[in-house]
Amino acid sequence: MTIETMTSLQRVLTTLGHKEPDRVPFFLLLTMHGAKELNMTIREYFSKAENVAEGQVRMRKKYGHDCLYSFFYAPVEVEAWGGSVIYSDEGPPNSGEPVIGSFADIKTLRVPDIGQSPSLAKVLEATRILKETVKDEAPIIGVVMSPFSLPVMQMGFSQYFDLMFAEPALFERLMAMNEEFCVNWANAQLKAGATAICYFDPVSSSTITPRDLYLKTGYEVTKRTLARINGPTATHLASGNCLPVVADIANTGTAVIGVSCNEDLMAIKAACRGKLTVLGNLNGIEMRRWTPEQAENEVKSAIQQAAAGGGFILSDNHGEIPWQVPEDVLMAISQAVHKWGRYRTK
Amino acid sequence: MNNLLSQDFEKALLDMDRRAATKILTQACESVEPIVFVEQVIVPALEKIGDDWDKGRIALSQVYMSGRICEDLVDTILPPASPNRTSQPAMAIAVLDDYHALGKTIIYSSLRASGYELLDLGRVSVDELVRQTIEHKLRIILISVLMLPSALHVKQVVERLRLQNCNAKIVVGGAPFRFDRQLWQEVGADATGTNIADALTVIHRIMEEMS
Repeated sequence: MTIETMTSLQRVLTTLGHKEPDRVPFFLLLTMHGAKELNMTIREYFSKAENVAEGQVRMRKKYGHDCLYSFFYAPVEVEAWGGSVIYSDEGPPNSGEPVIGSFADIKTLRVPDIGQSPSLAKVLEATRILKETVKDEAPIIGVVMSPFSLPVMQMGFSQYFDLMFAEPALFERLMAMNEEFCVNWANAQLKAGATAICYFDPVSSSTITPRDLYLKTGYEVTKRTLARINGPTATHLASGNCLPVVADIANTGTAVIGVSCNEDLMAIKAACRGKLTVLGNLNGIEMRRWTPEQAENEVKSAIQQAAAGGGFILSDNHGEIPWQVPEDVLMAISQAVHKWGRYRTK
Repeated sequence: MNNLLSQDFEKALLDMDRRAATKILTQACESVEPIVFVEQVIVPALEKIGDDWDKGRIALSQVYMSGRICEDLVDTILPPASPNRTSQPAMAIAVLDDYHALGKTIIYSSLRASGYELLDLGRVSVDELVRQTIEHKLRIILISVLMLPSALHVKQVVERLRLQNCNAKIVVGGAPFRFDRQLWQEVGADATGTNIADALTVIHRIMEEMS
């Protein structure tokens, strides 16, 4: 039996300080699963802040993980920009028709007012409820899309690449607006009670952008943005690779990096040691069909590769566990962390 | 075709330098037939670029821009109606369910740059994809997805087509299939691929089986 001597927040802060806490902290980054807890459809669940807050509290009680996740779904920001969201009964709400139909639309685009967006208001309210409930016992993780990655939802991937390569002035104009929005949105969540902000930035991963281009674009955008966010941030590459740019990401001012299952976890940990805490890297897509035994082996393996010395939070590799992942697998992950994640007392 | 020219062409693509790629093609086509340049330079370059992305050596934006540049170049030297384009069974590509069309665009551009003609069905639902497959008498359908629920919906496409006695071959690709290498079989697809080289190999194999 593991004797735990720290609260979740103490455990996470200790590992962020690159020291070993009582056990490996783990974040089950569950969003839609709260609907199952409340016996609701996904659409109904996300319609009220109270549902999401209640779902998060119940899931943490059930699985014993070390954070609350005030993230609803990725296109919550697109709604604020005037876009639509397509709901599904078996997956996360998805972005509808892009809000930027042509490059010319960028010239008339206006930065949304955080206070005027009903979708963002729900997230802020859920954050406030969570903070009142958990106080300082566990961290509340808020989420923003990076200004550099948001255009994938605002205008589609292909058109965004075309913009980046063919229209540098319009690209810069869009980045300036997105930066303003991102900073305001992050700071509003921190003010509502979020402990830290997860900064989703898959386009900066070396899976999508070559390092040379990243240094001229996403890197500069991130440095400017994170400097204006009034709290700690974690950069998440949402399954994208990081090794070629990990040192650069460490220079952007972030404390954590969310990493992919497609890269060598030991190599990532070595590259991050003392600079960045590693968050990852269980394969969320495969997790859907794991047996409890496989789940235990995957957890044990990740811990063996990356937990020594702290600076490690076990999590999935995408930042959102698929709806199809069954409860027994989530429970097996939790039990495995409690079994294999205990640090030896020194 | 000399090796140096192939290397220069690949470098121009990776640098996303449309002007340099066009210059290499123009100069080469003064001494060789355009179809020879397509077969000996463009197709191998796109295959290598796709493979290099798979191995984490280059980035998706480079793959995307390479496909787009090559598609435009090939359209200028080998128009869609050219008899030199590959003769093939009716083939289409589609994104199932969502608005993430990048993977589809890369494969579509690269296949066209390799001499194939195929219908671009754009974003379709399960119903729409089944309807269009029957209507166009498609023999090969390439389905691209980004989200896991969309990947799981491929199973419905397969079941619905088989119920209508349609034996079109279903080839799937996209992030969920990259992260779970068994998923394509689970949804009943005939094949999967992670890059343009895989797509070309799979299409060649299916065409051989069909003949």
